[in-house]
Amino acid sequence: MTEPSSAPRSFQEIILRLQNYWASKGCAILQPYDMEVGAGTFHPATTLRALGSKPWAAAYVQPSRRPTDGRYGENPNRLQHYYQYQVLIKPSPPDLQELYLGSLQAIGIDMDLHDIRFVEDDWESPTLGAWGLGWEVWCDGMEVSQFTYFQQVGGHDCAPVSGELTYGLERLAMYVLGIDHVMDMPFNDPQSPSPLTYGDIFKQTEEEYARWNFDVANTEVLLRHFEEAEEECAAILSQENVDPKTGKRIIMAHPAYDQCIKASHIFNLLDARGVISVTERQAYIGRVRALAKQCADAFVQTEAAGFEA
Amino acid sequence: MPDLLIELFSEEIPARMQTRAGEDLKKRITDGLVEAGLTYAHAHALTTPRRLTLAVEGLLAESPTIREERKGPKVGAPEKAIEGFLRGAGISRDQLEERDTPKGAVYFATIEKPGRPAAEIVAEVLADTIRNFPWPKSMRWGSSSLRWVRPLHSILCILSDEAGAQVVPMEIDGITAGDTTEGHRFMAPGRFAVTGFEDYAAKLKRAFVVLSPEERAEHIWNDAQNMAFAAGLEVVEDKGLLAEVAGLVEWPVVLMGQIDDEFLDLPPEVLQTSMKEHQKFFSVRNPATGRIERFITVANRETTDNGATILAGNQKVLSARLADAKFFWENDLRVAKADITQWTRALENVTFHNKLGTQAQRIDRIAALARELATVTGADPDQAEKAARLAKADLSSEMVYEFPELQGLMGRYYIEAAGEDAAVAAVAQEHYSPLGPSDDVPTAPLSVTVALADKLDTLTGFWAIDEKPTGSKDPFALRRAALGVTRLILNNDLRMNLNRFFDAQLVRAEAASNEALHDEHVAELLDEIADHGVFGAAFRAVMEKLAGDEAGKHQVTDFLHLERKVPDTSEDLLTFFHDRLKVFLRDEGIRHDVIDACIAMDGNDDLNLLVKRARALNVVIATEDGENLVQGFKRANNILTQAEEKDGVEYSFGADLKFAETDSEKALFAALDQAQAKIAPALKAEDFPAAMAAMAALRGPIDAFFEDVQVNSDNAVLRRNRLNLLSQIRQICSSVADLTKIEG
Repeated sequence: MTEPSSAPRSFQEIILRLQNYWASKGCAILQPYDMEVGAGTFHPATTLRALGSKPWAAAYVQPSRRPTDGRYGENPNRLQHYYQYQVLIKPSPPDLQELYLGSLQAIGIDMDLHDIRFVEDDWESPTLGAWGLGWEVWCDGMEVSQFTYFQQVGGHDCAPVSGELTYGLERLAMYVLGIDHVMDMPFNDPQSPSPLTYGDIFKQTEEEYARWNFDVANTEVLLRHFEEAEEECAAILSQENVDPKTGKRIIMAHPAYDQCIKASHIFNLLDARGVISVTERQAYIGRVRALAKQCADAFVQTEAAGFEA
Repeated sequence: MPDLLIELFSEEIPARMQTRAGEDLKKRITDGLVEAGLTYAHAHALTTPRRLTLAVEGLLAESPTIREERKGPKVGAPEKAIEGFLRGAGISRDQLEERDTPKGAVYFATIEKPGRPAAEIVAEVLADTIRNFPWPKSMRWGSSSLRWVRPLHSILCILSDEAGAQVVPMEIDGITAGDTTEGHRFMAPGRFAVTGFEDYAAKLKRAFVVLSPEERAEHIWNDAQNMAFAAGLEVVEDKGLLAEVAGLVEWPVVLMGQIDDEFLDLPPEVLQTSMKEHQKFFSVRNPATGRIERFITVANRETTDNGATILAGNQKVLSARLADAKFFWENDLRVAKADITQWTRALENVTFHNKLGTQAQRIDRIAALARELATVTGADPDQAEKAARLAKADLSSEMVYEFPELQGLMGRYYIEAAGEDAAVAAVAQEHYSPLGPSDDVPTAPLSVTVALADKLDTLTGFWAIDEKPTGSKDPFALRRAALGVTRLILNNDLRMNLNRFFDAQLVRAEAASNEALHDEHVAELLDEIADHGVFGAAFRAVMEKLAGDEAGKHQVTDFLHLERKVPDTSEDLLTFFHDRLKVFLRDEGIRHDVIDACIAMDGNDDLNLLVKRARALNVVIATEDGENLVQGFKRANNILTQAEEKDGVEYSFGADLKFAETDSEKALFAALDQAQAKIAPALKAEDFPAAMAAMAALRGPIDAFFEDVQVNSDNAVLRRNRLNLLSQIRQICSSVADLTKIEG
């Protein structure tokens, strides 16, 4: 294992170190997906690329939205918009645990002083029709990451199996930096000419979105958008595999999957607005899962999944 | 004789699976070895979060040679038959042996299966065990096709004797067995070789791994107790947590930390649950005040700062968790004090079961039943209804949302905070009881009432929608609910006819799933059931009204559906109760046929009466008199039944003493009169032991009667009189229990 590194000074430094670390381990450093998602797993670089036979290694930051978690920026740990750091490597390398521990050292966690534990946690995403086995990783009793070996996505068995690491960046950074309230966390270097805290950047937006999510979002419009996304997804996937204009085999798995992402996020918004009853909830989740499954079915037919015509 | 050492080294195995996995490893390997002819002296399995280890001592170095003799064709049999035999036995012609048998000379073959070296057998058995290991959940990883609970990294497999250790050659999915293992992940990384179990255990300990889960648990418990004791405190015992924590560490280091003052006023159960569920901390209590004041956490390593950083981190996480709990507690208290009924109203949006409506509807049904039950439990009906309406309010609270296992208990705190009676508040916690066969049964009338109503509603509801337990499947814990009702009735000595309550609650459940049944008519029907106590009469009364009423006419069909369904369902549910009762009373040593004999009697939906009768009958039947009486009764009954069938009449006219010929016949007349005089009032007073004793006293006179008297006399008058006498025996005995059901 590498020597522990010096203590980072800001949120962004922790992100940068993770980026550098995983770049040095051979991951493609991707950018966030340009849509609203509930977690880094929804990025097609994870959901879709975990399928098929082709090797893959990617790492990225993913802004994530969970409307029901909004607390107007007042709760020290809860946000409706936050960041996840996501790593997906396929096939999962035999030393993935060691690689992961190396990343903790890279962000300044001294293995000689802390107690790191792998505690059973089976991961399941009912909306993605996905599940895997792994752990939540504890550092001194705090959950700092999710570590999962994907077994199934969109109803398809993963072969080979991908190893997925998800870091809740705010929580991890607060721990490393010794911050009690997320809004007090230095975003950039506190010594810089214009130091900014997390609160300087996000306190106001947390308030704005919390109000919109909980009380203002037009539920009728959202319900309509949900149905439209569902229809569009089906419409995309109902097209012929061969594009009549170019004559090429073009299966539009990604555009279809965008509609699935959209439906999933709209469902989360509707949930936050409290207009989904307990029984309806299951039905909505089932509808999103059906979309995810169809997109997975389409993706495994593509070249990116290793399909050979 | 060599010893075998196996270690399967993997990524972290879930704590809850380790013990079972150790047992499975031991069983599968040793079974496989023995089956292949390798016996052993002793085997034991050990587990840590990263390894399953099995040590087998005194294994045979090779399996014994097996000689098998086979009888072949006769000497001189066709050549083809002999060749076929040779092929089958795998030997050549010159190895055949001729032997004389009574049937002439016959060829015999002796086949020798040579023994195989232990290493070969171990390799096969181990590979098979790994491929078919019964993990509750297993996974694949990388590009491997092997399944294990988490990625399997290495296999140590050696056979050792005085000459030294030898690696068992085997390979599975790219993992080759060797003689090396690893120490503690952080404190002693790197691989090392071992020569046998003792060397392995000793080297592991030097590499900061305690191999035995019991040793780790003991170490944790001792250190925890000592630390608490030194501070004048005590650790709250929790065996499940101890086993789990021992499965999370290879090198346990016990640390005790502080709980911030601001959280010390939280209910102790909240502190305990939060610390246990989220952090796997033990609670440390002040014995003087009963308050939880500190926590114990178990780290997986030693550090240069003696755990200071680890403890500070854990303390911080705990504070964040408890801040949440405190927030829930204070918010909940505010809501409860303002208007706790809003929580019950919120349950209108929570589905209980899609065919049985919402939680709020269920609570309405329970409240209505609780009111009716109050008449038999002696509770105040208004209080019972109120308690039933509040008992599940806490399901809407934030605390119970976060910690479902605190349901009921939180309700008790909140209902009291809302200013209700302590007895009403206690219902929230106690109405779920009894949960298991050894759980305490509530005794407070209000709690008993709502506990009964809750369970009866569950049972009738699922019976109404035909979701009954089948085989080992009982997803709604209906067997437990029926046992709960039974224990509530028996322990509290309650007298109630279940049928009436089944009927009422089945009608309510039907009304929940069938909107066509108008509330007002359902209410009338329920009123009638309450008045008449039986469904049939109540139903006819309502049907008459409906038929004569213009507005009610179109509902006749729906109500006819009820008439078809409710009595049968109710009967079926009662049979389920009787079956459960048999299981319950079996532990008391009461025979199932004794219970059947009592179930056959009237009033069998009064469980208390039924059990009293069964207990008395069970006692009497175990006596010599009782046993013989049953025989006498059966004899009388058989003769009588045959005669009745043959003659086509019923001999129930009554016998006349003046036709009695012998002394024993006369004595039986007298004995029956005496028994009757005792039994009737005893039954009326439900003094079953007295009734049974009086019945058993008939044994002598009945036996003597059969000894001396020929029932089927040629004299028709005498015969009729004697049959009428037997009928009296039957009638008297049958008033006590249906003795035809008694076996033997």
